[in-house]
Amino acid sequence: MAGSIQVRGLTKSFGSFRAVDDVTFEAAEGTITALLGPSGSGKSTVLRMIAGLEQPDAGSVWVAGEELTEASVQDRRLGFVFQHYALFRHMTVRKNVAFGLSVRRVDKGTQRERVDELLELVGLAPFGDRYPDQLSGGQRQRVALARALAPRPQVLLLDEPFGALDARVRQELRAWLDHLHRELGVTSLFVTHDQEEALELANEIVVMNHGRVEQVGPADAIYNQPATPFVAAFVGASNVLRGTVWERHVHFGHSIVAGAHEIPDGAEAIAYIRPHDIEITGEAGSTSFPVAVERRTDMGWMSKLHLRLEDGQPLVAQLPNEEIVGVEAGQRLFANLRNPKVFAADRADDESATVPGAIVAPAETETQTEAQV
Amino acid sequence: MLQSGFGNGLGNLQDALNSFGAQNAIKLTLMMAFLTAIINGVFGTLLAYIFVRVPFPGRDLLSTVVDLPFAVPTLVAGVMLVALYGPHSTVGGWLERHGIHIIFAPLGILLALLFVTLPLVVRSVQPVLIELDTAEEEAARVLGAGGLTTFRKVVFPALRPAITAGALLAFARSLGEFGAIVFVSGNIPNKTLTAPVLITQLLNPTTFGAVAGPGEAAAVSSLLFLFSFVLVLITERVSSHSLQRASEL
Amino acid sequence: MSTISTSARADRRKARLWRALMLSVALLYVAVLLLAPLGGIIYYALKEGLGEVGHTFRQSDVRHAFYLTAIIMVVTVIVTTFFGIIVALVLARDRFVGKRLVSALVDLPLAVSPVIVGLMAVLLFGRGGWFEPFFAARGIQVIFALPSMILVTIFISIPFVIREVVPVLQELGMEEEQAAWTLGASRLQTFRRVTLPNIRWGLLYGIALSAARSIGEVGAVLIVSGSLQGQTETATLYILRAFDQYQEQQAYIVALTLASFSIVMLIGIETLKRRASREAG
Repeated sequence: MAGSIQVRGLTKSFGSFRAVDDVTFEAAEGTITALLGPSGSGKSTVLRMIAGLEQPDAGSVWVAGEELTEASVQDRRLGFVFQHYALFRHMTVRKNVAFGLSVRRVDKGTQRERVDELLELVGLAPFGDRYPDQLSGGQRQRVALARALAPRPQVLLLDEPFGALDARVRQELRAWLDHLHRELGVTSLFVTHDQEEALELANEIVVMNHGRVEQVGPADAIYNQPATPFVAAFVGASNVLRGTVWERHVHFGHSIVAGAHEIPDGAEAIAYIRPHDIEITGEAGSTSFPVAVERRTDMGWMSKLHLRLEDGQPLVAQLPNEEIVGVEAGQRLFANLRNPKVFAADRADDESATVPGAIVAPAETETQTEAQV
Repeated sequence: MLQSGFGNGLGNLQDALNSFGAQNAIKLTLMMAFLTAIINGVFGTLLAYIFVRVPFPGRDLLSTVVDLPFAVPTLVAGVMLVALYGPHSTVGGWLERHGIHIIFAPLGILLALLFVTLPLVVRSVQPVLIELDTAEEEAARVLGAGGLTTFRKVVFPALRPAITAGALLAFARSLGEFGAIVFVSGNIPNKTLTAPVLITQLLNPTTFGAVAGPGEAAAVSSLLFLFSFVLVLITERVSSHSLQRASEL
Repeated sequence: MSTISTSARADRRKARLWRALMLSVALLYVAVLLLAPLGGIIYYALKEGLGEVGHTFRQSDVRHAFYLTAIIMVVTVIVTTFFGIIVALVLARDRFVGKRLVSALVDLPLAVSPVIVGLMAVLLFGRGGWFEPFFAARGIQVIFALPSMILVTIFISIPFVIREVVPVLQELGMEEEQAAWTLGASRLQTFRRVTLPNIRWGLLYGIALSAARSIGEVGAVLIVSGSLQGQTETATLYILRAFDQYQEQQAYIVALTLASFSIVMLIGIETLKRRASREAG
């Protein structure tokens, strides 16, 4: 019942605004893939083009080996879950879930069975005769899911499915969607701006920015081997340090960091370091450099250390307390950077290299009212 | 259709305007419409404000009553006024004796127009008032503004486009009103004859004989039509402009 | 401390006074302007007793007038509903050049005098008009006959359905329809099962307004019909003539009938709507 999703060279502009620019990726059968990116990155537009709700200017959409680019929404047999549920307000939960079946003239008996089956699956069996406005947000989204799955679609598309829900419900539904996917095995593609959600749920992540694909890969590749500065900055918290390249090392002041492999000498580079990829030692080593400890914030089992390099750039480390016993504000110590991701400075746009040294926090500060593209 | 009207040439327009009391008819129509727009602009807004902000028993009933003119055929509105204020009714007789002329006088026309256009203004202002966030008014109160000042400075400017749109609609409607007026006014040329009624008279071969005809009627109509069309365009601009601003907020 | 509390109390009292003032002014205005005339006609129509009412309804020209009005109303409602829904859908959903113009055009019949509408119809369909040869060749009498009366009434009643439905459509948005499409529903199925139920009340109210307007039309119909007694006389035209011929009592009765019909219809829809929203809430 599941099929693969393939998207080739999708392009779409709204007026003079290019929302989607030559996007190509594939979601393998039975997997769950995330389209991750900030608002305006074009991810929702890509999803809607796959569903047929928008027409691409160029490119093609393939599902289960069949080209769907010219097919109407109705003929594509895809399940779609909207951010704001889009439940039919004048129908009961049962009628909502049954809609896809009744439209295809499935007989009433089979409809009833299937609805029961799905309501059971989403845990809403006693709510069959309620109306959408009598349900909570989380319940409504589960109904929306049941409704999308009822006609056994080949593929399931979800547009920021948890975006309109509050944090706790979001967590619950996330775990629950994971469970659902394992049980049903329907190829799923979901759009999100929450990188935590993407990292947790998806087998593969497609990172998008400004309408383009930045990187495609499994969660750990995205996290540990970001291909572009944007991915490095967007996914996971990062420290941003600027320096100049000399002999494959990045120099900032007296400090150096390895890893600047393909960048020519003399060029400006930016290094992204995860807060936990920092080691604090009492003595200088071959790769470590001096830092001043400005502040320590104790957070239970770990602490945040606000450090400053000799050239003035700040660095924030998050380390388990056992690794930094005795470290206090005012001390001068040495830092070693593990696994820095280095890119030439001209590759990073403003957002990926904002305030130098500031932790570029992951995009959970985006509110749910921001427009989707 | 406009061409049919002026196809007979501007000459007809001048003819018509200079005779049959057309000039006075048009003047009267315009003035009545203007008064109606102003008076109902005020009262309509007042009513809208009450419906949205001032709870009292029977408010829903009052709301339905305000919609009454939508249901009642305009002719019937005129008939109602004649029934109430006609010379043989008790109320009418009393008023006549005190020198207040309603039937066959401009005042009657005004009452008829006010009747017909009241819901237009109320329903134009009400939705905007509902949408208005009381937070702004509360902020003003906290900063020390009294009720009237708050209204003047916070509420009214926000409502102004809706009030204008409603008043314009009332104005346009009043320009063209026929049914409500034809009884009440008595259609006295140069005194209580309005343009729409004049046009029907021009078209009716029995009123003026062979002297007048469709040409003159068309000329007067075209003028009236032009007024109305311009009004619609203005209203459209006012309301979409306010819609734009509302969506920007 | 006491000065603050007394000034708060004084403020509240002032606010209450203002409200009372506003209320009384408004109520007075409404009573004099709207209710008094209504009371007047009820009184005068029924003054001569119900026997007179019965007598009026037995008159053949009265019955024919009602009959004509009913036909016009039914045809008008059907056409304006059908056409109105389509235009409303286009206006609320699609983006196209000249949309503002179309929107203004839809409002036009509301602003233009019905008398002018009648005149335009006469010019178009009457002798020498643009459309006249077409109909004359087929032996269809338009002016001074029912067809033109229906046409002008339709023209005048068009805006009502559209104006009631468009805001509802705009507020609903298109998501439910899109969801229906993804579930395999064709456009027609989606319209029937998703859009229509959602616009139900706005639509019904618009239809009621359209119906009320169509039975109340007098200016345009007067011009276009030639007012041939017993043949092209609607209820409203009857009232005109009855007054002219000093049959005031009959005129009052017919007028009251028309008004009652519309009022009952509108109140009925209002109540149904309120009950429906109470259920759903």
